[in-house]
Amino acid sequence: MAKIKLPAPPSNPLVSPKRPGKKYGPSGPLEHAEEGAVSAVGWIDERTSLSGGLRWMMFRKVPKGTNWFYTLGSSTMFAFLSQAVTGVFLAMYYDPSATRAYQSIQFINNEVFLGEFVHAMHRWGSSVMVILIFLHMGRTFFFGAYKYPRELNWVIGVALLVMTMTMSFSGYLLPFDQRSYWATIVGVNINGTGPLVGPYLSEFLRAGPYFGATTLSRFYAIHMLLVPGAIAALMGFHLYLVAKLGTTAPPWIRAKAPEALREEKIPGDS
Amino acid sequence: MNKKQKEQYLRDYGTLKAQGKPFFPYAVAKDSAMAVIVMIVIITMSILLGAELGPKADPTSTTYTPRPEWYFFFLFELLRVIKPPALVPLATIGVPTICLILLFLLPFYDRGPERRPERRPIATTAGIFVVFAIGYLTYLGAAAGPPTEIDIPVPANVRTQGTTAVANFKAGEQVVAQSGCAACHKFGENGNSGPGPSLTRVGARLPAQAIQRTLINPTAPMPSFSSLSEESPKQFQQMVGFLAALK
Repeated sequence: MAKIKLPAPPSNPLVSPKRPGKKYGPSGPLEHAEEGAVSAVGWIDERTSLSGGLRWMMFRKVPKGTNWFYTLGSSTMFAFLSQAVTGVFLAMYYDPSATRAYQSIQFINNEVFLGEFVHAMHRWGSSVMVILIFLHMGRTFFFGAYKYPRELNWVIGVALLVMTMTMSFSGYLLPFDQRSYWATIVGVNINGTGPLVGPYLSEFLRAGPYFGATTLSRFYAIHMLLVPGAIAALMGFHLYLVAKLGTTAPPWIRAKAPEALREEKIPGDS
Repeated sequence: MNKKQKEQYLRDYGTLKAQGKPFFPYAVAKDSAMAVIVMIVIITMSILLGAELGPKADPTSTTYTPRPEWYFFFLFELLRVIKPPALVPLATIGVPTICLILLFLLPFYDRGPERRPERRPIATTAGIFVVFAIGYLTYLGAAAGPPTEIDIPVPANVRTQGTTAVANFKAGEQVVAQSGCAACHKFGENGNSGPGPSLTRVGARLPAQAIQRTLINPTAPMPSFSSLSEESPKQFQQMVGFLAALK
């Protein structure tokens, strides 16, 4: 009977073959853990090819002269992330009904561990995010960074600005105290005077012709589902375009041809 | 930008980019440092300023101040700066809408190849003007007087009608003051001149009936006082009486 050669079983991870440059295979728990991590990353990458995208994102070059003004965009995103995290914790206790909203905020402030701190972080974080987004826009404007080929990214950025302001407006009602209630009524009325869509917009915001019980839950849905989702999606696209087109160099930095191309320099020429 | 300028830009940018540093770790380090600063600022503000809660929202209450968050002050103040009532829709939505459209379309009408701020005098001047305008309007909004203070001398015709008329006038003045009408209307020396018209002599322009109708069914953005007229008709009548007596 002929001997059938069976294929070798998958190698035992504890006696895996030695790696090039090493005398033995992994030995000791640390090296095995390292080996395991490498193979897990390899497993995911084999199926998703994410490493190429990550390399493309992280190891792209930023042009010469990039300075601290170029951190304003990422810090706006960071402020948004902070708002998202603190917002999730507030949503765990908040109750968007006209009768219980105020009590639930009181409960957050007085009873929940670090409740008032997280509430305050969310409240003042919104101011910080608005300031940062305006500074980021100012930098883009004064550096002429919205020009070819980045026009589309400017348009997305303005949409993100409008959405950030919508977040502030819709969030202002949620504590449901006197200030937020009446300021929102006046704000919605101001919206109502707008051309064409104005009356429809304010009726949509109020969930009817008058401020009612459903208005608060509508503002809540806008504030924590509709607009943040749109912001996250547009922010992703904004970032993709930044990585694809590259960040601008400061406008006063002039491109100098690399040395190799300057060999034909005429002597005496500056 | 024409085709040649676009190519020139892409070439120059390619050179600058080739001479630059990789995003990771150089730009990431700066971004992370900035993120830490942002976090410190937010935490410091929340510890120092807290999240105080005002009194509970009360649709029937008359004591309130419609004041938006500070970064909406400039939009709110725009209503005060543009006075004539016919132009109010223009101020409320017209100007912001036009500004927003101009902002959206900026890269499509400013197509010049120049990027240095000092060589784009129109764009830079316009930008600085907008920054100062927003700053000034925000300052005006922050400095607006408290809207719950009205001090108007009792008119002569009320004084001649006896002490009850004067008492009613004073009571009405208090209701109007507590209702925050002065946030948007001027009363003699008090209140803000806009978005609403001055009420210093409203009684001479409108009879009491018309004032009452306006309070119940106002033109936007003024809030309606119909709930006050249902909850406490006496206070509402004092309010109407006070306004009608302003001549």
